[in-house]
Amino acid sequence: MSRDLLLKIELLSDPKALYVVRGAVERLAETMGFAAPECQSVVRAVDEALTNIMRHCYCGRVDQPIELYFRWLGRHSKAGRKGLEILLCDRGPAVDKSKLRAQRPSELQPGGLGLQFIRATMDSFGYRRAGRTNRLRLVKYLPSEKPSRRNMRSERNADLHSARG
Amino acid sequence: MQISIRRVDNTAIVDVSGDIDLASSPEVRKALLHEVRDNRRPRVVLNLSEVRYIDSSGVASLVEGLKASRDIGSRFILVGLSGPAREVLQLSRLVKVFEIYDTEGEALAARV
Repeated sequence: MSRDLLLKIELLSDPKALYVVRGAVERLAETMGFAAPECQSVVRAVDEALTNIMRHCYCGRVDQPIELYFRWLGRHSKAGRKGLEILLCDRGPAVDKSKLRAQRPSELQPGGLGLQFIRATMDSFGYRRAGRTNRLRLVKYLPSEKPSRRNMRSERNADLHSARG
Repeated sequence: MQISIRRVDNTAIVDVSGDIDLASSPEVRKALLHEVRDNRRPRVVLNLSEVRYIDSSGVASLVEGLKASRDIGSRFILVGLSGPAREVLQLSRLVKVFEIYDTEGEALAARV
């Protein structure tokens, strides 16, 4: 288990759990030093990602497993920046990557908004299928961390390759 | 989350409080569509002033209410947007799609 692991949550795919998870994530983000708007961004991204898993991966079944790992990113991370990495794991069928595109803004069509929210609120977003597990990786950096061009290249590589848990 | 519905003349005012998420948005959707489609209210006002959180499924419910009202030529109005409600509508770039007023009084007084 990584020494940078801050919190692990195991839950079933019951939407009633979302309220509880939002509370825990908000407290964790506060503890890490995120300001209120950033805390809300992290809460929203995790909530929307869980909602997508419950709706699309598990098709509304309420008894399926989901795991969340919250990990501290220090300066020794691949991107060299401090922040919070969140890994969401489910055992649903593989996600069609073409469906991970966000909805076009101002389109009056319900559906697809969740991904739009995640992309708008997080600094990094990546998906990987590992064995029979879907792994969604989200990253939010502390606001004092200014990205350099080198770090942004590193982060893009991390998105593609490091959603391993 | 709690929902209550009041009627003022020919207007249905839907008060929602708490969190609108995947667990509760079906109830919001059902209440809105019942007032728009089944009761065919000429005007449905959704009061969001006591909403603490609204997710994409909640926004989708609002969009469905709006589309249903357009289908029958009625009005669908949002009032008293709380901070989280305004934020999520801005994030989804749907603020200009809805008819929005600060207060219930303004919504009731407003004419098309």
